[in-house]
Amino acid sequence: MKNKLSILAFTLLAVAGTVSAATPFEKMMSSSFQAKGQAGLDRLDQDAAQKFCSNPVNLDGGGDPKTREKIQKENMATIKQPSDGKYLGDWKSGEKIAQSGRGATWSDKAGSVNGGGCYNCHQINIKEVSYGNIGPSLWNYGKLRGYSKEVVEYTWNRINNSKAYNVCSNMPRFGHFKLLNEKQMQDVMALLLDPESPVNK
Amino acid sequence: MKTRILYGVIIGLFAVLQGCSSSAKNEASTAAAPAGGAPTDEIEKYRAMIADGNPADLYEAAGEDIWKKPMGPKNVSLQKCDLGMGPGVVKGAYTQLPKYFKDTNQVQDLESRLVTCMTKLQGYDANEIIKAGFSKGKRKDLEAVVAYVVAESKGMPINVVAKHPKEKQAYQMGKESFFYQGGPMDFSCASCHASNGKRIRLQDLPNLTEQKGAALGWGYWPAYRVSSGTFWTMQRRLNDCYRQQRFPEPIYISEDTIAVSMYMAVNAKGGTMNAPGLKR
Repeated sequence: MKNKLSILAFTLLAVAGTVSAATPFEKMMSSSFQAKGQAGLDRLDQDAAQKFCSNPVNLDGGGDPKTREKIQKENMATIKQPSDGKYLGDWKSGEKIAQSGRGATWSDKAGSVNGGGCYNCHQINIKEVSYGNIGPSLWNYGKLRGYSKEVVEYTWNRINNSKAYNVCSNMPRFGHFKLLNEKQMQDVMALLLDPESPVNK
Repeated sequence: MKTRILYGVIIGLFAVLQGCSSSAKNEASTAAAPAGGAPTDEIEKYRAMIADGNPADLYEAAGEDIWKKPMGPKNVSLQKCDLGMGPGVVKGAYTQLPKYFKDTNQVQDLESRLVTCMTKLQGYDANEIIKAGFSKGKRKDLEAVVAYVVAESKGMPINVVAKHPKEKQAYQMGKESFFYQGGPMDFSCASCHASNGKRIRLQDLPNLTEQKGAALGWGYWPAYRVSSGTFWTMQRRLNDCYRQQRFPEPIYISEDTIAVSMYMAVNAKGGTMNAPGLKR
């Protein structure tokens, strides 16, 4: 019994030893940041996708295709379909969510409502001239793609967890990290896929 | 008095810009087909309009006074401070920073080097400056000195090189940090600053991985920031990048902030130092 305990203790020490043998880069990262507001130090802990996409070689479709595929599958598995079965909410509210880039910084109040920040990177309604171009234009999104079940489900999945389709997609995982709630995602869906939305006029 | 007039001019011009951009926006909305780049042209016009009265000038003047005035527990000036070209040499010193310093055995950017001088020469407490927050306490004096030192390199070519092993390591780790994704939005610096022609809303994003883009980024900061009405050092610029990246807060003059600066500055080599700049 005593022996077993000392073996256990030894193993624990060995594990702790390997953990603390940080690389110079890891030491730099852990000594250079401090928690502030809702932005804790745990935000520096990477999941598989973040780790993979921190290697510039893996960006833009590069890197080991098997690892890429595996991480995408894992992300796909986390996506929940809408609990009430409805994919489309209110496009007017969706436009407001798309306009707001607020949320999740150390200066935002914890628990306050986040925006989607969609216009930061996408053209959506062409009446809004202040839009970014990191993502593709979403003008006429439904009109061009149609309103089929496949298009609707794909769009839902993509907003929830873009990494399910492209592991190094630049788009935040709005559902996965609870940046937007289910209703907000339904509203953004309507902005893109309600035939009545100005985006599809 | 002079200060007040300058601020008045800036505020007035800012109002003019707002008028310009909102009328441009309305035109585009009614025409329903916005001409590509029109709103960004307006921003360029505005920048040119106010470039003559950059309030960073005021910080430069204050910084020069602080540099020359005996201060601190030891009551000495910063005139013996070695910014890398020998004690007291200010002209051109910023074009070579960050760099390795033998006396501290560290790669230092301008701000960390000034903290060293204020500690060793003047007897201030480094922690007090590090914990002060931007525009506060002794940090405010340091920021003015930054404006003065940077202005003494204005128009000169950026000449930061990674030669010493510690400089090479800082560059490499800065690069690794630049691509390091984390946080609830999976962002790294590279998410926004690793390809050409990208924008967030109407804000152009320089590609900091290439010489041209890095020179646009590194060469125009520090700057007077009109939207916040304050002079922003490079450390403050990086702090706000990390905030928007949804990261925890980078500690002032921490190893990471200096490494990322080293990565940008080396990439920018050969470009022109245009700072102190003027930003929206």
